Amino acid sequence: MRNLWIIAKRELYSYFTTPMAFIFIAIFVAMTGAFTFYIGRFFDRGQASLEPFFSFHPWLYLLLVPAVAMRLWSEERKSGTIEQLLTLPITTTDAVLGKFLAAWLFCGIALASTFPIWITVSYLGDPDHGVIGLSYIGSFLMAGAFLSIGACMSALTRNQIIAFIAAAAVCFIFTMSGLDLVLNFFRTWAPLFLVDVIAASSFLVRFESVTRGVMEFRDVVFFLSMIAFWLFATTVAVDAKKAA
Amino acid sequence: METMVELDGLSKHFGPFVAVDGISLTVGKGEVLGFLGPNGAGKSTTMRMVAGFLAPTAGTAKVCGHDVALDPVKVKSLLGYMAEGSPAYEDMTVRAFLTFIAEVRGLSGQAARTRIEEVVAKIKLEDVIDRSIEVLSKGYKRRVGMAQAILHDPPVLILDEPTDGLDPNQKHHVRTLIEEMAAEKAIIVSTHILEEVEAVCTRAVIIGNGRLLADGTSEELLHKLPEHNAVHIVVRADVATGAVAKLQTANGVSGVTQTTRTDGTMEIQCVADGDTEILDTVGSVLRENTIAYSQLYKNRGDLDAVFRQITAGGSTHA
Repeated sequence: MRNLWIIAKRELYSYFTTPMAFIFIAIFVAMTGAFTFYIGRFFDRGQASLEPFFSFHPWLYLLLVPAVAMRLWSEERKSGTIEQLLTLPITTTDAVLGKFLAAWLFCGIALASTFPIWITVSYLGDPDHGVIGLSYIGSFLMAGAFLSIGACMSALTRNQIIAFIAAAAVCFIFTMSGLDLVLNFFRTWAPLFLVDVIAASSFLVRFESVTRGVMEFRDVVFFLSMIAFWLFATTVAVDAKKAA
Repeated sequence: METMVELDGLSKHFGPFVAVDGISLTVGKGEVLGFLGPNGAGKSTTMRMVAGFLAPTAGTAKVCGHDVALDPVKVKSLLGYMAEGSPAYEDMTVRAFLTFIAEVRGLSGQAARTRIEEVVAKIKLEDVIDRSIEVLSKGYKRRVGMAQAILHDPPVLILDEPTDGLDPNQKHHVRTLIEEMAAEKAIIVSTHILEEVEAVCTRAVIIGNGRLLADGTSEELLHKLPEHNAVHIVVRADVATGAVAKLQTANGVSGVTQTTRTDGTMEIQCVADGDTEILDTVGSVLRENTIAYSQLYKNRGDLDAVFRQITAGGSTHA
């Protein structure tokens, strides 16, 4: 546990010594605002709810989370610091979890920076704070799932651009997997149970039920097991690829 | 002598390519072992396996009795390792980087600060402590790598090309540091600078194509050369032929060759028969025959020649 925090701290240090962190947070906040007010027609709806705000999160994450995740391992391999990191007295799992934790906390900070919109909606009306709170938690969990996919893609290549595109593509499949667009692609060749598994692992479907105020325990389990699976895959990938 | 590092049949394959092929050796406390070999010989791969970065395909590597495959974290805690090119997080300041290393190594708070100060003074990093690593010169970057390796005062140090790319003053400084620490530790240094082996190493191994080709002190390695102990004489061209004729029959001289030097004089090389000292013999032959010479010296042979001879036709991959 101690090692995780030391590694996460170092990673966060890197985010905040470069303009990266501030640019990311500024863009995230600006885009959530723009989507909510212009495309989501927040005012025209006349409802004291943050549903239009949260409904754009999967799409924003699709673009922005791979950008956070792409450097996690690609950069370590490209600059050779992976050799420094993995010859310290820690396990690969420590390193994978520590770095993920930093990236997830960072996304959490970005998400928390959108709090003025909660204040706004409370000022304008009487929203269901329970639903909003749960939606924030759900959004944070979803960001973690996107991130863990991105971490794995980043561990597979030393090229950050490839890591970004691969992460965005895999995240897209998981976001859309409940829809025919993705399912038809698999129906042609995959066995039925696999198609069902893919249909059931749609981030979009899960997240939409959360933003409507229905967060079930199994949704939490779903996102956490997604994270666990992809981080396990990341550990395998780091060990297999570190010397290449 | 206490054995600190023990390699037994250590091998590493990358697919069909055999990078390291059954290397066995031991390093004791107080020893500085030089790893010599052409580029791509398997030096770095061997070091990376000992440091726990790569898993061996076969064989074992033990540090202070702990097998790196079975207890990697323990081995890593006993090692100071400086990777080739000493990669470090470039966006960090030297202080932040060393603090991070200290924390991972189990030092924190005041203990970490005191130790960092000590190491920074020893390695002479005071001037750059608050600069970010990316703006440092190569020499300073290498020193940061050295500082992180010795921060926890490890019993075993593995340094992959610690002086590569440094200027002569910086090289001298790194060598002095190694010498200062040598008595208390077991140190493995890879290099292809052979003067370095003579300067700091108590023993050297030569690696080529992943195999251990020679193991000994630099003196022992020099003995492998036929030219070892050869005597060189420089004479005027007109007396050279006569001199060669006399020298060929001298005791202990197994062969004589002559070459023309750029200034027109002749250089004669008398190769010794085995370990026979022939300097006196050659000197008296010259005096008895009143042959005038401008130079007379014994050639120890240099490690470069040993290196070329042992690894000739060796590695073709970089």
